[in-house]
Amino acid sequence: MSGKSILTVGHLSMRFGGIVAVNDLSFDAERGKITALIGPNGAGKTTVFNCITGFYKPTSGAMRVSHDDGRDIQLERLNDFRISKLAKVARTFQNIRLFPGMTALENLMVAQHNALMRASGLTFLGLIGAPSWRSAEKRAIDLARLWLDRIGLLDRADDAAGNLPYGDQRRLEIARAMCTEPALLCLDEPAAGLNARESAGLSELLLSIRAEQGTSILLIEHDMSVVMEISDHVVVMDYGVKIAEGTPDHIRDDPKVIAAYLGVEDNEVAAVEQELGL
Amino acid sequence: MTAPVPEPTLASRAPDVAFIFKKALISAVVALVLFSLMIGIRTEAGPAGQLIYWTRFGDLAAVVAAVFGGSIIVELLRLWWGPVGTIRIVPPQVASTLAVARRAIAPVLLIFTLLVPVIFYDQRYILDLGILVLTYVMLGWGLNVVVGLAGLLDLGYVAFYAVGAYSYALLATNFGLSFWVCLPLAGILAAFWGVLLGFPVLRLRGDYLAIVTLAFGEIIRLVIINWQSLTGGPNGVSGIPRPSFFGIPLTPGDDGLAARLGIEFSPTHRIVFLFYLILALALLTNWVTIRLRRLPIGRAWEALREDEVACRALGINTTTTKLTAFATGAMFGGFAGAFFATRQGFISPESFTFQESALVLAIVVLGGMGSQLGVALAALTMIGGFELFRGLDQYRMLVFGLAMVLLMIWRPRGLIGHRAPTVFLKHSQAISSDLVKEGHG
Repeated sequence: MSGKSILTVGHLSMRFGGIVAVNDLSFDAERGKITALIGPNGAGKTTVFNCITGFYKPTSGAMRVSHDDGRDIQLERLNDFRISKLAKVARTFQNIRLFPGMTALENLMVAQHNALMRASGLTFLGLIGAPSWRSAEKRAIDLARLWLDRIGLLDRADDAAGNLPYGDQRRLEIARAMCTEPALLCLDEPAAGLNARESAGLSELLLSIRAEQGTSILLIEHDMSVVMEISDHVVVMDYGVKIAEGTPDHIRDDPKVIAAYLGVEDNEVAAVEQELGL
Repeated sequence: MTAPVPEPTLASRAPDVAFIFKKALISAVVALVLFSLMIGIRTEAGPAGQLIYWTRFGDLAAVVAAVFGGSIIVELLRLWWGPVGTIRIVPPQVASTLAVARRAIAPVLLIFTLLVPVIFYDQRYILDLGILVLTYVMLGWGLNVVVGLAGLLDLGYVAFYAVGAYSYALLATNFGLSFWVCLPLAGILAAFWGVLLGFPVLRLRGDYLAIVTLAFGEIIRLVIINWQSLTGGPNGVSGIPRPSFFGIPLTPGDDGLAARLGIEFSPTHRIVFLFYLILALALLTNWVTIRLRRLPIGRAWEALREDEVACRALGINTTTTKLTAFATGAMFGGFAGAFFATRQGFISPESFTFQESALVLAIVVLGGMGSQLGVALAALTMIGGFELFRGLDQYRMLVFGLAMVLLMIWRPRGLIGHRAPTVFLKHSQAISSDLVKEGHG
């Protein structure tokens, strides 16, 4: 049942002891589209991400990834590394998690671990330097070079990732996730800490990934200029529940969303808007 | 990267007298408090058991004065050295020569090692010391896979050394298998135990991992002591066959190597053979490790050391990655153990105490985690240096400990404190140790 959605989240709940971080959340992310997950701080967005990418086991609910070839994979049945390996869901982190002591190129090579492991005959072919391994390694370097070029870091390929400027590290982390050749790319606040010019560059990169690789993207973001510019679909969360979803334009005018962000009751929104001159 | 530092002006170099005196005074007061009872008053039991004491204020004053003067000298030295920094005052020509010298260290060291049996043919002591150093180089390189690359702190490495030694000893004495058959078996058995250790510690990190590995090392030793029927307990295993030159024994008899080559027999032949044997084993370890670093598994080990969560997000199976690191390290430990058994001809549990684990770990840490050359230099420094201080008798440990402390202050991240990338597009540039993580266990 390979429908339009690449990711279907159904009735997802996550409790930490008495705290309900996510409560009965359902949404779809469409294939080849950019879906944004937004909400005020503490709304449970990152928890949803951690459930989807296998870092948390959800208390209840189902998450299904439907691939192009018709394979359906229930994410809640897989754990940690298998999500990336089998379900082809890659992610980045809110606080960048590169391998700081390895070069930019090495970071992208590590991302191709599973493909290279197969090519190296589980290390044994690689150890004797078999020609098939050599050509596979060359191809892996070429793929890494391609991505370094796309994020504009080809000149710094041999620099330690920890030495790169913050904005470059953000882009490198996205490139690293893309080197796993994912079907769904999950980005946790990719624009956090970027200046306006870097944010614009990021939007461009994400749009080009969607256009050229056809990768579906799910992102959490606070930078509304990025969200409104590139998202095809926006899901708004507050206190662990979905309060609205729709196109960016639709979300922009939703009184519930405005209330959530401004922190007022629904019936006071009109007054507040008037005050702010909206 | 670093901006050129302006030449320090004379004013900034001039000693701040008040500051130095204040510091010296504080040191002197601390010394006075510390030593007033230790040196100032001497107590002793009198002939009738009563307490007698007398004061030694002269000695106390001398010590305090020495601390005061010493503190001033240290401060002056620091002023003279400190702000300039040794790196920046080195002229570029000297720096480039040093860089060339640094690149030449490894080949020069290797050639020298190859020539050691030729140069020191008559000096049995040097040859024995060389074999000992090479054994620790090999153990260091083996542990380097676990600690240096994968960032898993292993305090029980000696367990695999013991497994390798006992595997060879028992297989050779009970079944008469030759060294060359037992060597891979010892490696496989040690790797098997490495995986066994790996399973329970997969979830552990940092201190907890260290404690469990420490316990594992002790368990193996205690099992060896208590399983008398198999291992001979504290009496150990004796009469372990000496290695043969691929089937040709190194004995004075007619079928010995010397007789076949038509040269006069000398017991040194065996020592030289052992020297080259451990050198070959160590170089094999080195070669495999360097190869593995450039393969996906080696990169995954290093990535694991850098950030385990990111590894999982990239689809890397951290369980098998950790287990292969343990198994690979243990295998080399097993090889070294088999060599140890054949060299000694006798093994007992006393050879496999925690002290050995600590020594090998110290070699890896001192060498600079992950650096192959660093580990070799560290093994040479630790084992060779320890022998160097033999003349100091009971002060040997003290001087050696002090030297280690000074070395670690000078080079906190080990002798070779930078990491070489495993792959590069244009040019390989060393990565500063400030960026490289030490692993979380």
